[in-house]
Amino acid sequence: MSKFFTSSIGQKFFMSITGLFLMMFLMVHLTINSLLLFGDGELFNVAANFMSSNPIMKVIEPILALGFILHIIYAGYITLKNKMARPQGYKVASKSEASWASKNMFILGGLILIFLVIHITNFFWKVKFGTVATIPYGDGELHDVYGLVAGIFKVWLWYDVLYILGAIFLFLHLTHGFWSAFQTIGWGNEKWTLRLKVVSYIYAIIVAGGFAFIPLYFLIKYIV
Amino acid sequence: MKIKLNIWKQENGKTKGKFEKYELDGVDAEMSFLEMLDYLNEKLITEGKEPVAYEHDCHEAICGCCSLYINGHPHGPGKETATCQVHMRSFKDGETITVEPWRAKSFPVLKDLMTDRNAFDKLMSAGGFVSIDAGQAPDANANLVGKIDADKAFDAAACIGCGACVAACKNSSATLFVAAKVSQLALLPQGKIEAKRRALNMVAKMDELGFGSCTNTGACEAECPKGIGIDFIAKLNREYLCASFSEAE
Repeated sequence: MSKFFTSSIGQKFFMSITGLFLMMFLMVHLTINSLLLFGDGELFNVAANFMSSNPIMKVIEPILALGFILHIIYAGYITLKNKMARPQGYKVASKSEASWASKNMFILGGLILIFLVIHITNFFWKVKFGTVATIPYGDGELHDVYGLVAGIFKVWLWYDVLYILGAIFLFLHLTHGFWSAFQTIGWGNEKWTLRLKVVSYIYAIIVAGGFAFIPLYFLIKYIV
Repeated sequence: MKIKLNIWKQENGKTKGKFEKYELDGVDAEMSFLEMLDYLNEKLITEGKEPVAYEHDCHEAICGCCSLYINGHPHGPGKETATCQVHMRSFKDGETITVEPWRAKSFPVLKDLMTDRNAFDKLMSAGGFVSIDAGQAPDANANLVGKIDADKAFDAAACIGCGACVAACKNSSATLFVAAKVSQLALLPQGKIEAKRRALNMVAKMDELGFGSCTNTGACEAECPKGIGIDFIAKLNREYLCASFSEAE
């Protein structure tokens, strides 16, 4: 067991487990975001305020951060080690049948990380530490997170483009990441490998498509 | 037909190599790729030049000796073929063919297109065998093996250990090779007994020898001359996980 953590399969296992955890987070994130599309924003504001003030979320937040950090650190370490396994490359680049995404997971991950930093400064940071305007709700008041989201997508067209680009990178990352995570933990055989690859695409289309639809929705709502 | 060749030449493991260009006329489309190289070497010898060193043996895709990276494919064009099964009819007249050795830290170049694949032997020594006394040739049906397991074990046993998986993998990973060996033996009654130790030792050896890790691109499966699938890698991962959690070490 002790050697497991430092073995190549063990390291991949951590990539897989953190990846699966982050994919579950994406589903929760998208579910809440989808409330942006309904009503005048009250529904989303209630949900966003619930998520930012809920004590359970206070516990989950650092775990989520740890999930991201471990996934990124392991990715860097594994990629570096794998690069070292071939000091001299080929003159003719490999023409072997393998998806572009699968061969460029580290680059895609890096692009997603850049997007993530921008995304966190755009929203999470402002909600957590900044001043988000409050609006009255019932007897109390709510942070107007809907106003923040709608504002960003309304003010600057490039943000819409950036968020759609982020979703495209995420789509490519997930097309490989989803089934690959299952393969690494040993869930794969001559039938299920193909099935998982199909589910991978379905999951990636739902998640990335969902995230890309939100800036598109605001674009259409405000510009057209 | 007339072809242009761009072949890696390297004196030995200590010197730096470079690509050498050759033009070869009168190549027959029905020649095998290896015959074409022999034809080139004869020409070079007649001209007093040094021939190209490359490895080959059985010429029927069972020994795993031939190991050429041709135009971006280990074992050249065609599915489930070793270099010795490639024929010149797969190339166009006047085409430039680039031939490189397997590239991996664990497979250092010995000379030109020949690499030292001793790392695979070391992997086999780490656990690719059955050490229990299996006795004399047993009676037929004394050891019962289900049809599904027998077929799967046979598929895995088709591995000839040529190293095309390592050559194709962007990480120079030997995972498909190890997966084939671990799976083949884990599926059979004689091999099952040492399955856990085998998985642990072979994976530890693979890491020690400097092979990369598997990132599931599937390039190995696409280039394997014996069609070994990555479902065996999932099986290796399962075997390794179970062994790691249950064996004391």
